[in-house]
Amino acid sequence: MKFHDTFSGAVLLLLALAILFNVSSFPNIPGQNIGPAAFPGLLAGLLAVCAVLLIIKGLRTQRSQPWIVWGEWMRSGYHLRNFLITVGCLLFYILASEALGFLICSVTVLAVMFWALQVRGRLIFPLALGITLLIHTIFYKGLRVPLPWGVMLPWQW
Amino acid sequence: MTWTIFMQSLGLVLDPYVLLVIFCSALFGLFVGCIPGLTATMATALLVPITFFMPPVPAVAAIVTATAMAIFSGDIPGALLRIPGTPASAAYTDEAYQMTLKGQAEVALGAGLVFSAIGGLFGTLVMIWFSPGLAEIALQFSSFEYFWLVVLGLAGAVFIGNASVLKASIALLLGLLIACIGLENPAAHPRFTFGLPQLMSGVELIPMMVGMFAISELLRYITNLDPPPVMVTEKIGNIFSGMWSLLVKYRWPLVRGSALGTVIGIQPGSGADMASWMSYAMSKKFSKEPEKFGTGHVEGIVESGAANNSSLAGAWIPAIVFGIPGDSITAIAIGVLYLKNMNPGPMIFVNNPENIYAIFLVFILANIIMVPLGWLTVKVATRILKVARNILMPTILLFCIVGSFAINNSAWGVVLVLFFGLAAFILEENGFPVAPAILGVVLGTMMEENFVTSMIKSDGDPLVFFTRPIAMWLAAGTLLILIWPVITWAWRRYRPSVDAASR
Repeated sequence: MKFHDTFSGAVLLLLALAILFNVSSFPNIPGQNIGPAAFPGLLAGLLAVCAVLLIIKGLRTQRSQPWIVWGEWMRSGYHLRNFLITVGCLLFYILASEALGFLICSVTVLAVMFWALQVRGRLIFPLALGITLLIHTIFYKGLRVPLPWGVMLPWQW
Repeated sequence: MTWTIFMQSLGLVLDPYVLLVIFCSALFGLFVGCIPGLTATMATALLVPITFFMPPVPAVAAIVTATAMAIFSGDIPGALLRIPGTPASAAYTDEAYQMTLKGQAEVALGAGLVFSAIGGLFGTLVMIWFSPGLAEIALQFSSFEYFWLVVLGLAGAVFIGNASVLKASIALLLGLLIACIGLENPAAHPRFTFGLPQLMSGVELIPMMVGMFAISELLRYITNLDPPPVMVTEKIGNIFSGMWSLLVKYRWPLVRGSALGTVIGIQPGSGADMASWMSYAMSKKFSKEPEKFGTGHVEGIVESGAANNSSLAGAWIPAIVFGIPGDSITAIAIGVLYLKNMNPGPMIFVNNPENIYAIFLVFILANIIMVPLGWLTVKVATRILKVARNILMPTILLFCIVGSFAINNSAWGVVLVLFFGLAAFILEENGFPVAPAILGVVLGTMMEENFVTSMIKSDGDPLVFFTRPIAMWLAAGTLLILIWPVITWAWRRYRPSVDAASR
């Protein structure tokens, strides 16, 4: 997914302006000439300059290019689907891990990913379970990371 | 180094637990480097959540060993599949593959292994010789010198690389701005927290790096449309035969490659991949038989194979002495050192010299055990290369999730992993390099602190930045790097017209 340089530049310019606007409300430190706004303000100023240069560069060198060139993988249904599934799996873990617990979330994420990447059907579940238990043992038992139990709490070991 | 400190550090390294960590991370590094799409930086990022639970010496030992091994074993798929295992092998992948087609796979791999180890030892010796002396000079540095040192490092990261300077600068500024998030600034004012309590202490380094270096690579694997590669040979002979004659024949290219690699490593922002590209080009330029390059000629592999490993040790010199990372790997390692309260900088040579010498010893040990373990890896390489990637990648995804959760025991780490994974993926697709961004994040706090301290000391007079003698030289160096592109541009622009006028 390639954006036109002018487009990227415009987005970065907006970001820089938003930062400059935000730091303008930072308080001054009495008796000192340099406050919390100075450093990020300087950076945002430089970022704005770079963004303008990028806009100019885009206008000069990529005139005939469209705003967004979709990557080859985005036109291939299989790859686009897997990309979305990967992001979805991470989102699912973020939202559900506390409630459902690590074991259920991990088996689900692995099984879905294996299915998406065409692992043989009868291997999917045993592999997902085995790897989950292995990682659980390493981190929960070995390194004492309190992975959440969620609904599995009554059966914790 | 006094005798007692040496014995202390030897004791730290020869501890059975540390040796076990070194052995396991060596196997891990060899495996990760051998699999195309998994880089040495990714190996480090995946190791960090585990090193989080270790004492400082084994934690650093794990990173040092795994990266040295991964940089060597990246040569293996280069020779057998024509796909570099890590970007550091990309410069001579075609060369190695041509040798394999000629039936000389064992020479290509043997040269990769033996000369990687020698290059790594060369860089280590340079590090051992120079760091203590540099640290003594660095002890006299004040905030002005440190400010310029950081700027010099960051300027180098932007200008020495193959990406567009403009895009590298933008990536760097974004990294520095990320470092501004949170309360940890000289004024202790909460900045850019969007009202989220999790952002008060800033963006945690480890989940961010796991996202930028592991998740983004995973996404790249998932969206890769290239057909699966074909292995040309499964037979690999004795990789050590003929190595002695190569060593005698190519001793000068070996020294040249190791020296160049160390220097590139020291230079912040450019690591092993840059070292191997540059020394391959240099090897071709100085070779007596440059016409053979590209047709399966071992000379370039000797030189750049040594260069990429020596750059690893080189990158640790500024990292340990000044706290300024020489490449993305040491940027991650510095994050680990801070977590271990072993803040890098010249004081570490005064406070914990035994830890530093232990790290030196680990470097030597890692480059020595690389030879037998690398030999074993080459033996089983054809089998490693057949590991089912569609099972490995989801496992790595889960590992990233658990690893980032483990830092704070909250799902917030996973949020950061997802955000920075996507961000790095999109940035790289658009030609923005990620390495300057990571340097910016690591160095942002240090840069701001020294900037603000200096400004307060000087009562807001920026001219003081140029008056102290060392600061002045550092400033001159920085300005030269910054202005250099303008000079070359002007030279190219006006030179032809002068020629035309004189004709």
